[in-house]
Amino acid sequence: MDDPQSLEHPDNHPETVSRNARNGLILFVVYVVLYAGFMFMNAFAPDRMKQPILAGVNLAIIYGMGLIVAALVLALVYMQLCKPRP
Amino acid sequence: MHYESNSSAIAIFAFFVAFVLGLSFWLGRKAKSAKGYYAAHGQIGWFVNGVAFAGDYLSAASFLGICGMIAFYGYDGFLYSIGYLAGWIVALFVIAEPIKRLGKFTFADALDSKFNSPGIKLAVAISTLVVSTFYLIPQMVGAGSLIQPLLGLEYKWGVLLVGITVTIIVVTAGMVSTTWVQFIKGSLLVFFCFILVIMILQRGFTTTTPMPRRNIPISSLVGAKIEHVEGKPFFRITETDGKTRYWHVEDSGRTVLPLAPIDATPHVSEAQSLTTGKDGKKLVNGVPQSMANDLHPVGSIATLPGGQTSTGPLGPASFLSTLQNSEVVTWSKETIAEKDGSTTDIYYPKVRKGAELLTPGGSPTFSGVRSNILSKKLDFISLMLALFCGTASLPHILIRYYTVKDQSAARKSTVVGIGAIGLFYVLTLYLGLGAMTSGALDPTNNNLAAPLLAKSFNGTLFAIISAIAFTTVLGTVSGLIMAGSGAVAHDLLEKYFKVPMDDHKKVLYGKCAAAVIGVIAMILGILFEKLNPTFLVGWAFNIAASANLPSLVMLLFWKRTTRQGIIAAVTVGMITSLGWILLSAQCFKDVYKIDPTRSPVPFSQPGLVTIPLGFIVLIVVSLMTAANREERQRGFAVVDE
Repeated sequence: MDDPQSLEHPDNHPETVSRNARNGLILFVVYVVLYAGFMFMNAFAPDRMKQPILAGVNLAIIYGMGLIVAALVLALVYMQLCKPRP
Repeated sequence: MHYESNSSAIAIFAFFVAFVLGLSFWLGRKAKSAKGYYAAHGQIGWFVNGVAFAGDYLSAASFLGICGMIAFYGYDGFLYSIGYLAGWIVALFVIAEPIKRLGKFTFADALDSKFNSPGIKLAVAISTLVVSTFYLIPQMVGAGSLIQPLLGLEYKWGVLLVGITVTIIVVTAGMVSTTWVQFIKGSLLVFFCFILVIMILQRGFTTTTPMPRRNIPISSLVGAKIEHVEGKPFFRITETDGKTRYWHVEDSGRTVLPLAPIDATPHVSEAQSLTTGKDGKKLVNGVPQSMANDLHPVGSIATLPGGQTSTGPLGPASFLSTLQNSEVVTWSKETIAEKDGSTTDIYYPKVRKGAELLTPGGSPTFSGVRSNILSKKLDFISLMLALFCGTASLPHILIRYYTVKDQSAARKSTVVGIGAIGLFYVLTLYLGLGAMTSGALDPTNNNLAAPLLAKSFNGTLFAIISAIAFTTVLGTVSGLIMAGSGAVAHDLLEKYFKVPMDDHKKVLYGKCAAAVIGVIAMILGILFEKLNPTFLVGWAFNIAASANLPSLVMLLFWKRTTRQGIIAAVTVGMITSLGWILLSAQCFKDVYKIDPTRSPVPFSQPGLVTIPLGFIVLIVVSLMTAANREERQRGFAVVDE
């Protein structure tokens, strides 16, 4: 059971592996959309990024901080989804 | 600028090095097996491993480079932070668990798990060494250029000190000691940056720092001799005290405060100059540089909203919104060639609106986003793409996945890593902006922004941050040398050249490889003293993403991937991205010092082209060689290479 390479290890159960991979991919796509939005807004609509939107802070900073926070939130969601189900 | 030797920083750093080396020797008694050397026995707890991820990843370029970039250009440095962090999403959701499941010691193990092909080992080992070298040089250059101002020693001592310390750390206990060094460094870095940010918010902004003389009509200046610098917006004035001062002509289209009527007389602002003679002698404002006659530290608030002079303590949001409505004096540099063959760097003040500093495009690197030229916008997108894809392809990061017990620990430690690294990058925004307005910046050296910010509070904090900046280099370099050592001993010698090895020999060869790489790193560090560290790190990300990511992803998600497809993708990705970089305008300008417009490639960052190219090559070659694979599946013996 302790050998992580062994098929007996609960992590290596094919169902667990494919469930985790599927969850991972969905969350990955969510983040890619957020990140791509940021990239393209900066490249093609830099003026929009100047406008203050929250507590007087502009969109560029809020979106940037948002991406950092979103990474952590999605990571925590993923960890929850990967927990072994009873 | 000249710096006094800082004995408390040396003491703190010496204590840290002694502690780390002691720990290494102590841990080294136990790490005798190959699994111990290459993978810390696979027994590191997920929390420690997560913080060690931060210690491994947050290099000198992250800490000093990003703070410096924010301090001098505003928001643009934060773009790097966002890209560097976002890359961890690829690591967590796509790479972490399979790499742990499939591999043993190195990332070549995982790529090769299905095929057992020496060709894959060779290609991946070479790409590991190329990427790690590109990453290693800036770390060594960083160490050397930091040691002079921070500890008061010469450049080469910085390189040697880091090189020797790290080599000893790696050779004594391999991944075990590397992990603990990275853990300690990661915790110290995040903790002290947090303290520093609290102090910045407590201090708030004030306008009382001494101001340069700005926006004065040239007619009111008196001097022995006033001359216009040909073709440049500067006047050179030889003053009666023997000093030569440069004055920068204000752009009349720009808002200058206090608002003065623009008349026929040019308005000028006082600049500072550093002249380097052909014999290497340095003059500050025309007089030999000394402690008494040196450049003034810079970076201050010109006006605060509502005409305040001091804000008092601010919150995290009000800090940003206040700055957005303020005006800041930032400093730019212009180099002119003098008639006698010496060169003069002129540093001149510019008043910028906070709102402009807090949006992308303020720095030379990213100015393209404010232009209308498509290729410049693509350059920006290409870099952001490389940062996103590069993290999960960096060999020294990937090997950390072998130090934990199982996939669930790999996952949890990545989440801890994202937390620690994300927090750090949020903090760097405040550190950079705090430094920008601290009145303590060295106009000649962007990399010193964070330590000098600490100096503006007190000497002890400066000593601590300096020592931490230096240990930052230790943690990352040890990870890089470990990755190189695994590539040489495990992938190349053992698997490709089939050198027979027992467990003991595996460790021995690994240690020898580490020592050789350590020596090479020191030599490269001394040779490349003049190279700009930030570019090299960006390039390492581009090469890593182009060479490694397509194979990693396709191996996991496309069943028809073949051995030849992987070899071709790694080789083509590595060669095209490296070639593109060597032909880029940035390289023409900064490395070969020739006209950048002669560069044949449309933008400097290759990722946007070479990452998709890696995927295409893999798919095409895999489809072409699919027949071999079917033969193998039908039971025919296919001769490998």
